[in-house]
Amino acid sequence: MAENVIGTDISPPDLRAKITGRARYAEDFRAEGMVFAKLLLSPMPHARVRSVDTSAAEAMEGVLGILRASEMPVQAEGLGEGALTDEPLYEGEPILAVAAVDETIAAAAVEAIRVEFEQLPFVLDPLESLREGGPDARLDGNVGGRGEALTIKWPDSVFDEAGPDRLPMGEPAAEWAIGDVDAAFAEAEVIVEETIVHQSVTHHPMEPRSCMAYWQNGKLFLHGSTQSTERSRGSVARMAGVEADDVVFIGEYCGGGFGSKISGTPNMAIPAVMSRKIGRPVMLRITRYEENYIGRARAGFQGWAKIGLRSDGRMTALDLYLVQDGGPYGRASDFSTAGTVATAIYQPENMRFRGVPVYTNTPPRSAQRAPGGAQIVAMLEPLVDKAARELGVDRLEVRKINAPGHDGWLGENKAPFTSAYVREALDLGGELFNWEEKKQLSGQRNGSKVTGVGMGLSPFTAGSAGRDGLLVIRPDGKLHVHQGIGNLGTHSIADTARPAADVLDLSWDDVVIVWGDTSKHLPFSTVQAGSQTTHAHTRANHAAATAMVGLLQELAAQELGGSPSDYRVADGRVFRASNPAAGMDFAQAARRAMALGGKFSGEQFPEDLNDATKAAVAGLAGEGLIAAARDNYARAGAVFTWVATFAQVELDVETGEVEIVDLASTADCGTVMHPRSLAAQTNGGVFQGIGMAKSQRWVFDPKWGIPFTKRFYTARPPGILDVPRSPRFAAVNQPDPHTPVGAKGIGEPPVGAGEAAYACAVADAMGGLCLCRTPLTSDMILAELEGRPRPYGLLDTHV
Amino acid sequence: MLEAEVIQSRRGGFTRRKFIKGVIAAGATASAAGYLFRGSGVLAPMLSAQGAVERLVTLSINGQQRRVDVPKQETLAMTLRYQLGLTGTKLGCDRAECGACTVLIDGVTHYGCSILTHSVRGREVTSIEGLEQDGQLHPVQQAVIDEGGFQCAFCAPGFTMSMVGMLTKNPDPTREEAAHLLAGNLCRCGDYDKILNTAMRAAELSRSRA
Repeated sequence: MAENVIGTDISPPDLRAKITGRARYAEDFRAEGMVFAKLLLSPMPHARVRSVDTSAAEAMEGVLGILRASEMPVQAEGLGEGALTDEPLYEGEPILAVAAVDETIAAAAVEAIRVEFEQLPFVLDPLESLREGGPDARLDGNVGGRGEALTIKWPDSVFDEAGPDRLPMGEPAAEWAIGDVDAAFAEAEVIVEETIVHQSVTHHPMEPRSCMAYWQNGKLFLHGSTQSTERSRGSVARMAGVEADDVVFIGEYCGGGFGSKISGTPNMAIPAVMSRKIGRPVMLRITRYEENYIGRARAGFQGWAKIGLRSDGRMTALDLYLVQDGGPYGRASDFSTAGTVATAIYQPENMRFRGVPVYTNTPPRSAQRAPGGAQIVAMLEPLVDKAARELGVDRLEVRKINAPGHDGWLGENKAPFTSAYVREALDLGGELFNWEEKKQLSGQRNGSKVTGVGMGLSPFTAGSAGRDGLLVIRPDGKLHVHQGIGNLGTHSIADTARPAADVLDLSWDDVVIVWGDTSKHLPFSTVQAGSQTTHAHTRANHAAATAMVGLLQELAAQELGGSPSDYRVADGRVFRASNPAAGMDFAQAARRAMALGGKFSGEQFPEDLNDATKAAVAGLAGEGLIAAARDNYARAGAVFTWVATFAQVELDVETGEVEIVDLASTADCGTVMHPRSLAAQTNGGVFQGIGMAKSQRWVFDPKWGIPFTKRFYTARPPGILDVPRSPRFAAVNQPDPHTPVGAKGIGEPPVGAGEAAYACAVADAMGGLCLCRTPLTSDMILAELEGRPRPYGLLDTHV
Repeated sequence: MLEAEVIQSRRGGFTRRKFIKGVIAAGATASAAGYLFRGSGVLAPMLSAQGAVERLVTLSINGQQRRVDVPKQETLAMTLRYQLGLTGTKLGCDRAECGACTVLIDGVTHYGCSILTHSVRGREVTSIEGLEQDGQLHPVQQAVIDEGGFQCAFCAPGFTMSMVGMLTKNPDPTREEAAHLLAGNLCRCGDYDKILNTAMRAAELSRSRA
């Protein structure tokens, strides 16, 4: 019997390549005759290109071609974004690209191009755009609707009534309610309300989105950095104006995405189209400076929340209004997700949600690890602390009182959860952190340092279904697990293959992961976003492995007599249960399958497979014993993971500096697949949340609309000295009953948990004073402690 | 002027300011374009008129002597990546903010994005590709494997080189000391806990091999 691999620590199979320099990220590929492209970026936050004079650039020796927006197969249209544009909607938006034999010449040519811009009105602060007569970020409106921009303006009276420090709340773009929130407030024991600001945050993965493209025999080969390999092919094809069959997408390693590289990114179109135009391979290296502009960001909020607690600590009323800073394109759904996620923290008996997603002339938004979820957790948790203090209820207790159980529900339609071991996670966290003792330290002063403790509870979606698994037993006896998902650092590329090994009772050493290149025949996969992957692909590979067991049994019965059920599969063999000596090993089975053909070697396959998988199986047909299956496992309810993080901080009242002394996190994420990696994912997410709460500012020059915080040093993510040296983690490790492997995702929820725990601990160190804003920088804390007037308004963004 | 600065930098008097001055003196395009790679030599005659540094240089990289044609303004990270095929050295920011390009020069850690290739002539450069010896991983590399270190791992080569440098300075660091010695590298995945586990394991392996 092979050892079960689920739940054990393994070294990811690609790690040796990563640590010897052999792993190739997008910018590490070379092609014969490769040339370089550089971008001309908009110097203005909103403008129209009047004329472009490229004559000087074209005359330069070494310049090979210039690509304009009008030549792109996908144009900026409706709410959609093009890779290049003649109406830039943010400073730094790419206008055109130049290709040259080397990058210096390309850059010199960019400098030699003369562009005449017509300046257009721009807006950075969503509230300004909601005023009558206020500027709009887009020519077609100021608010995101479904497929088109809307125009929403609030009368001056709305602003006058609110005053400078309270969110004005005019007509929303979206609204829903559960029960009667006003009646509930009338009966509440404690009511707190606050205006809260959450900044936008650039993703800034370590690897900028550089990409390289070339064409061979009418096929586009694109090397890019992506979270989702198989699913990038279609989006790249669309951007290049070709069929998906004509694209080979290579993305073996991804240097971080966090939601900014879910599938093909718009800039991939540039080398693709340029390469076709000039007939040379084109490398587009993206600098950190450019990454700040085109690399995506999390949407920010100006918000207002009002919470009502009953005398027993139950949240009877939650009223929420969110004004979203959504950048210039699409319709970031963070604000509506935030409303839904709030229900999964507190299960409020009555709730009203209102929101308006406003466009601004700032870099485009996309999902960022718990989009909407992290923000709302960090915005509401300190408020719940404040209410609990007023009521005299312990802060851990108030969360346990309101947390969902297995009969819990999600959102306005009150959808059920597949499982919710939230109280178990809170209890485990309380023990791990030693909450009962640590809370006694609250407010304790040592020299200039005051201790604060706090916690945050953060839910988020954690899995999808209906993807495919594709397995091949090759004539060498190895099991090849074809993975269409990306290799973005979560180790899920290997971990989701574990069920295949366990179902086949095969040693992990005999498993080969095939990934990273769509010409390798990859099955239909989830996009690696929304923490879907672990759940979705443990299911898909479980289904494929179950099908593989069936094929092995059938093959053995056909070759060796008896019926399929007489046979067992273990240790790389299929054999008679009654006589283990009678059987064949996987290598023999693969060779027999190739000889027999039909359903054994991929000439036939299940009809319900997704199209991409059918094509992959057809491509592999005849190469071994092939099993492909769609995940048809029954599932009812929303798959959610919860993370609770506890933080102890020391606030230096002389400097406003905060040091995190201790961190402990727990998760209900179903069955633990890979303990070490799970802890690392959680801790890393918690640190990202702390970065938002503490240091990562988003500041623009209000006069010119250009960003100040565009590099690591001006919007610094946490470094190794900014976090505790030994954060702790434990998982509830209860299987989700709606999936055969029991696993739920972990990627997103830690971010909000870390952010909230930090914000709550800092508030605790300040005697329960909630500043209701992120990031909470030292100078803000110090001004508050010293009783100086705030140098910013409560609703100000870009602080 | 440039030569004087190169000489000075070889004596250890190298600063960011001098680096930038060196680049400007060499005639690189100062623009929003950020880091640049020159490979073709189309503009070589123009550039060679501006200074008097020999372009063809011999570098000692991972124990090998490599002859390369290097423009004066080229950084070591670019030479490694685009002239010598050593793409293990990563560029995360090209502005000395993230440490992804960390290499060893005479055993001391340097940001490869912020040192001119011409200034490392006659010095021993080690990149991530040079750590493995005869198929045996360096103790730091082995420690990464043992501890399952790193997530996306784009920062991994830089962190690894910093750990190698750390161990020559302090072969037996505490966790706290290791954190301080590795503070010049950034990991956006926030895998610092495993990175410190790796550092401690690397120190242990390193001592047992010595």
